[in-house]
Amino acid sequence: MTMRAQRRVLPGFGLTMGITVLYLSLVVLIPLATLPARTMTMSWAEFRNTITDPRVVASYRLSLGASFAAAAVNAIFGALVAWVLARYTFPGRRIVDALIDLPFALPTAVAGIVLTTLYAPTGWLGAPLEKYGIAVAFTPLGVAVALIFIGLPFVVRTLQPVIEDLDPELEEAATSLGASRAGVLFRIILPNLFPAWLTGFALAFARAVGEYGSVVFISGNMPMRTEISPLLIVTKLEQYDYAGATAIALVMLVMSFVLLLAINGLQSWARRRVAP
Amino acid sequence: MTTLPRTARLTEPRPVRWAILAIALGFVALFLVVPLAAVFAQAFAKGFEAYRAAIVEPDAVAALKLTLLAAAVAVPLNVIFGLAAGWALGKFQFRGRHFLLTLIDLPFAVSPVISGLVFVLLFGRRGWLGPWIIDHGFQIVFAVPGIILATIFVSFPFVAREVIPIMEAIGTEEEEAARVLGAGGFQLFFRVTLPNIKWGLLYGVILANARAMGEFGAVSVVSGHIRGLTNTLPLHVEILYNEYNAQAAFAVASLLGCLAIVTLILKTVVESRVQRSARPAVHTAVEAMSWESKSAV
Repeated sequence: MTMRAQRRVLPGFGLTMGITVLYLSLVVLIPLATLPARTMTMSWAEFRNTITDPRVVASYRLSLGASFAAAAVNAIFGALVAWVLARYTFPGRRIVDALIDLPFALPTAVAGIVLTTLYAPTGWLGAPLEKYGIAVAFTPLGVAVALIFIGLPFVVRTLQPVIEDLDPELEEAATSLGASRAGVLFRIILPNLFPAWLTGFALAFARAVGEYGSVVFISGNMPMRTEISPLLIVTKLEQYDYAGATAIALVMLVMSFVLLLAINGLQSWARRRVAP
Repeated sequence: MTTLPRTARLTEPRPVRWAILAIALGFVALFLVVPLAAVFAQAFAKGFEAYRAAIVEPDAVAALKLTLLAAAVAVPLNVIFGLAAGWALGKFQFRGRHFLLTLIDLPFAVSPVISGLVFVLLFGRRGWLGPWIIDHGFQIVFAVPGIILATIFVSFPFVAREVIPIMEAIGTEEEEAARVLGAGGFQLFFRVTLPNIKWGLLYGVILANARAMGEFGAVSVVSGHIRGLTNTLPLHVEILYNEYNAQAAFAVASLLGCLAIVTLILKTVVESRVQRSARPAVHTAVEAMSWESKSAV
């Protein structure tokens, strides 16, 4: 009913819908559709051999493992940052708040070279770590460091508004009923934050799995050891192995869609919990 | 944001508060402040003269021009799309609307490398349309058009992502009133709708522009890295760095660092305006992947 009424009053639905669908198809859908279409031209055995090649499997393991580790670190420290920004007042709070989005605003190639320079054995941070026998640049640890940088805003920006919207009356009520601060934290605050926290983790993880620019410099790109899956796609393309590149890309695309579905599910769960 | 008077028992004990603050700020310093500072420190490591030389060098200037060109094509096209999508999806309810919203978010979910790869598969020498295009004397991949296409792809959702929820939150009453008073379609849009969404639109443009100018992975795949011809600023940074010319790489990178700082400042200023003009509702998961989550309820 409302739809009909609106359509009669407001003009331009047909025109704007046409532009939307046409542009979306030309720019996004048709290009993306070439990926599965191209894979269809491979034989099943060829496809399977490409995506189960030990070097490729090692790259999934690194991409997923480092992304998981980085998202876990961000889940802990990002939660503290979000808490501090939402609840505490301190000088420079607005600047820190603005700075959280730096990983979105700074081109990934710049992040890549600066992190590599910092964590190289001669760098500001690499040199002191070297004394303790910890190598970061050109190791899987370096990959994780770059992915921590990339993923931080996802956790902070997902949690921050939820912390701001937490009803203080709940905490007041619990406190007046005799709960300790730790009790309030574990019984009231954390359960309320949990869905958003998990969403932030998943978003950081999803972004990290596909990340390329910030990682390729610091990883050193040694086959079987520090080679991420997106880099293997580039390597195969440079060797004109279109089929190989496409097969790996399709595996990654499937991973992203699974993650996307999981995140969608998490968010509707979170909304159901928040909404009365 | 609510700042409420709190009794001592309603917050953490003072030492705990200090500890949390110290850990959080230490983490931010280590992962955000130090890298940003290091970009500029490295850029000026060999003095101002070396810095200037790296920036005015012809290949760097060519890269800057190409970066500006790609953004100058990609951002306006994505603005037109964003406004059209905002009108169709923000002002009307129809079947499949939610699905369409998810499709618009797709470029956020795809690895940048894959975003470049699909254009090579379409227009490359061994791609589907590639041989036909090359026979007719055009080149898309490893040339400027490919870079522009990849830039459009990666910055595609930002404007639409901002404009749709704001148009939805504002509703249709004002436009309906204007319509009843006899306003035509375009008059309606420019006199009624645009003033209402201008901050949200600007916010989307800032984000799209930052992504368009800074994109590396997708552009790297389609560029072919021809110096002075198909290098954008981020690609030029990579080439210089791989040639062990770190100082020049950081000098060029510092331009992108400035872009990031300007983006963050503009974003902070515009964000407060957006929140004052409308509080958009969340509709899909990937919304948080654009930088929207903060203003989402």
